[in-house]
Amino acid sequence: MTLSGAIAVAGVYEHPTRWAPDKTEFQIMAESAKGALDDAGLTIGDVDALFAASMTMSGMGIVDLAEYLDLKPTYLDGTNIGGSSFVAHVAHAAAAIHAGMCEVALVLYGSTAASNAMAIGTGMGGERRDPAASFSAPYGMTTVGSYALVAQLHQQRFGTTSEQLAEIAVTMRHHASLNPNAKMRTPITVDDVLASRIISEPLHLLDCCIISDGGGAVVVTSAERARDLPKAPVLLLGCGESVAHQEVGRQDLITTAARQSGGKAFAMAGVTHDDIDLCMIYDSFTITVLATLENLGFCKVGDGGSFVSDGRIRLGGALPVNPDGGGLSSNHPGMRGIFLVIEAVKQLRGECDARQVEGAQLACVHGTGGTLGVAHSGATLILGTEP
Amino acid sequence: MTDTTGFNHPTPYASWETRGWWEGAGRGEIVLQRCTSCGLVQHKPRAICVKCLTDTIEHFVASGRGTIHTFTVTHQNGVPPFSGQLPYVLAYVELEEGPRVLTNVVGADPASLAIGQAVVADFASTPRDDDEAIAVPRFRPA
Repeated sequence: MTLSGAIAVAGVYEHPTRWAPDKTEFQIMAESAKGALDDAGLTIGDVDALFAASMTMSGMGIVDLAEYLDLKPTYLDGTNIGGSSFVAHVAHAAAAIHAGMCEVALVLYGSTAASNAMAIGTGMGGERRDPAASFSAPYGMTTVGSYALVAQLHQQRFGTTSEQLAEIAVTMRHHASLNPNAKMRTPITVDDVLASRIISEPLHLLDCCIISDGGGAVVVTSAERARDLPKAPVLLLGCGESVAHQEVGRQDLITTAARQSGGKAFAMAGVTHDDIDLCMIYDSFTITVLATLENLGFCKVGDGGSFVSDGRIRLGGALPVNPDGGGLSSNHPGMRGIFLVIEAVKQLRGECDARQVEGAQLACVHGTGGTLGVAHSGATLILGTEP
Repeated sequence: MTDTTGFNHPTPYASWETRGWWEGAGRGEIVLQRCTSCGLVQHKPRAICVKCLTDTIEHFVASGRGTIHTFTVTHQNGVPPFSGQLPYVLAYVELEEGPRVLTNVVGADPASLAIGQAVVADFASTPRDDDEAIAVPRFRPA
């Protein structure tokens, strides 16, 4: 039996908090675990595999988390490839369950990035002694700057405009206005985005994701077991993983990690882009969405600007993207991949009220982690209601 | 070495694998790596050729000329010394020898810069406790 269709997401929970100065990362993870296990009709005693990463967990942090939860799992995975980690965790969990190494996997995230005042976009760098940063820190590369390098090249090469990028931020804010838990719910216009201050040209403040606190949890098990649980199973149909980096000085900045991971995920799922009802795309910055849609193959490379600017990615359009409001407007507690999976699952179950994509049966989820123009990871899932 | 632009960098972390780049800059040279087995010119520097996985690596002096591949004018960075010298230009410069290097473009009004523009190497000495002569290579319009 192939992996595609054999594994299901049985439970999800997005922590409603966006500001939690009185909580710890592990506490938010534990509260989220309770929510997702309740959603799945399971208990903590059923869990035999643990997956997590966070802004502050060390290399052995997954062991500390097992201790905190008093778990002794048979399968541990603390993979940290940036914000995409949790999308990859779902795929890793599926492979492990399919191989018979565990039965019920719990994927966790928790963060107090906002209340701890982590300046993720423009406050990391300076004099760092780690080899990985030794060729970027002396030049003042910021997280935003690494994405801006790609945006600038895209604009020059393809004529992509700042108005087209702004349309992505406007769309996410519209979606957030329909999400009662979203942090930023007041609608904005393209002019608002262009009038917001420049952070790293050509990206404005409103081209950048917000920083919030938050967390979430996902429960993965076999499709067979999920069929006996209360919620309709959401099946993993395809998955893929990838990395893009400087390639000893030959990196093509227009080709992102989504090209490889998306190609693998679509091939495994055996579906076409026209079959997809909605996308959950990591939106650290507006350019991330545009570059990801191109590299996943939803439009030709270079055509992303026109693709996003006629309402296509808005609720009611042909390909709604991030109906929860995304990291640009709902929540971005440092790493956001888990929310991509959670919202996709809720959409496919039809649980999203005012922001529901009508009749959604097939979702494409893509996480980007790291710094787009320097080194980043990609993880793609195709999730659906039918095998 | 005289810093002609007043743009300062944090002291780079130079490991034994990467010191050729920083020490070359201390002599006013862009120093790249070439594999003597397969001819690959690679950047960033490392102990092995990524094609051969051998240590048949030599260092050579590059021309110091290149073009701006892409750039961004950075208006916000909370980390010194950059917080005190905003706005500044972060860029990829494509060297004549092939590799594209992450760097700064200095000595020009950021608004005057364009992708494809010719640039030449420029070097900023950085303070170091052991007085070793290293510098940070960056670029300015040709």
